[in-house]
Amino acid sequence: MAISKEQVEHVARLARLQLTEEEAQVYTSQLNDILKFAEKLNELDTEGVEPTSHVLPMANVLREDENRPSLDRDKALANAPEQAEGMFQVPDVFEE
Amino acid sequence: MSQSFETVIGLEVHAELSTKSKIFCGCSTQFGAPPNTHTCPICLGHPGTLPVLNQQAVEFAMKAALALNCEIADVSKFDRKNYFYPDLPKAYQISQYDQPIGENGWIEIEVEGEKKRIGITRVHLEEDAGKLNHSDWGDGSLVDYNRVGVPLIEIVSEPDMRSPEEGRAYLEKLKQIIQYTGVSDVKMEEGSLRCDANISLRPVGTEAFGTKTEMKNLNSFRNVERALKYEEERQTQVLSEGGTVVQQTMRWLEDEGRTKVMRSKEEAHDYRYFPEPDLVQLQIDEAWKQRVKESLPELPDSRRKRYIKEFGLSEYDASLLTASKKMADFYDRTVSSGAEPKAAANWISSELLGYLNSQGKELEETQITPESIAKMTQLIEKGTISSKIGKKVFKELVEKGGDPAKIVEEKGWVQISDEGKLKEIVAEVVDANPQSVADYQNGKDRALGFLVGQVMKATKGKANPKMVNQLLLEKIGG
Repeated sequence: MAISKEQVEHVARLARLQLTEEEAQVYTSQLNDILKFAEKLNELDTEGVEPTSHVLPMANVLREDENRPSLDRDKALANAPEQAEGMFQVPDVFEE
Repeated sequence: MSQSFETVIGLEVHAELSTKSKIFCGCSTQFGAPPNTHTCPICLGHPGTLPVLNQQAVEFAMKAALALNCEIADVSKFDRKNYFYPDLPKAYQISQYDQPIGENGWIEIEVEGEKKRIGITRVHLEEDAGKLNHSDWGDGSLVDYNRVGVPLIEIVSEPDMRSPEEGRAYLEKLKQIIQYTGVSDVKMEEGSLRCDANISLRPVGTEAFGTKTEMKNLNSFRNVERALKYEEERQTQVLSEGGTVVQQTMRWLEDEGRTKVMRSKEEAHDYRYFPEPDLVQLQIDEAWKQRVKESLPELPDSRRKRYIKEFGLSEYDASLLTASKKMADFYDRTVSSGAEPKAAANWISSELLGYLNSQGKELEETQITPESIAKMTQLIEKGTISSKIGKKVFKELVEKGGDPAKIVEEKGWVQISDEGKLKEIVAEVVDANPQSVADYQNGKDRALGFLVGQVMKATKGKANPKMVNQLLLEKIGG
């Protein structure tokens, strides 16, 4: 399995990363090396092994449905680059 | 030659769960708080914080899934759905991809007398996103993160609906069932129930699905039906003219009565799901499933059938009484308090619902109780009051509450069944209305009704109508 430069550019776009032509080349080759390395795992026989989605041997870590104090709004907004009317201000997302 | 098409509809419905706290943190889920006052480092997605799953949210999701006839997963997990949008502070939504809480369910709908089963593909648990607002000042959008992390279930139907009417019937039935389970308050106007619709057309007789469009923001039952009708017509026209339907997401513009293509979020559907590493697996054993199953109330279809079968109610009355769990519970309590089931159904479906509709009130805004209705119907049954007086008692009960027997006594509404007394009044009425008496004796049956009415008037409605009838007949000849 190999990854194409187009795929690298696509993933970069999804991650909002801007790559130069040169970077795209470098990452394509680096990612292919990583994939090749991971391919080694395919040599293992995993017949009858359940897929793992988590490495901890735990399940059902749950909390009671209880309220805990929220942040003061000033604190919640403290790191916002811009704010207005008690809300986080972001570039316009509405159409028209 | 014009071709005819078959409509294929599937709905995705989101319901906010009525937990006290959010799905992964202790912030309140209460609707309508000032912006950003129900937030904390976890739901704001600050680095280094960890989500902890709310047990109640899991059980509510199980409860809904069971009510929708789903199989509950033995093992369920959470996944990250990745996209950049300012309503999502972490830039991913914790959702469920390949191991949802429930799968393979169904509900039954009825359209124009036809019953039909609609499949439920899946019910999964996820967190809600924030709310974007227009800025009054013009610059940019404003985000309120109170809603971020409120637990949601997403209910995905099979593409089993064939008309906008079926789409609406499905949504109404879904809402009714969820409302019965009590896991969500399912208010479309507050956004605790939301609906997206997928619709496509295919030539009649073919199997393969046509290209679908997705419609967002259908915020009322009426709008769901209207939007589906609009899109059905639009696609029919495109296909009839030999064109092709483009797969896209549309927004329903309620005021203009049309759909509009949404600016496609670039590659929006490439969500790169992967398992959420911050949450461990959910393992749901039989005992847990059983416990949740036992907490389910009797659901609307079962209740409706019971009312018809056991109580002999009409299909119409049974549907009316089971429309909401609140009213069905009220009816059940009236019957268990000793009211005759059919009498109780009549009083509740005509008088009580009539009152609530005309006054625009909710049941809990009145003073009436199931016990008081039961007592009142018993007074009528025993002949203590007539059903005409019953209506007056009913009005008192609704507006002021109290004990029917006491009300009847205090108001002097006890029915007059004293034969001697009634005879006197009958004699007076007969003397005062010679023309009607003559009319009756000449074969005008209606005149008797008039005379009965006069007796009732003279006794302010308190005379025992059966006895009045009898006494009048004796007096003027039957």
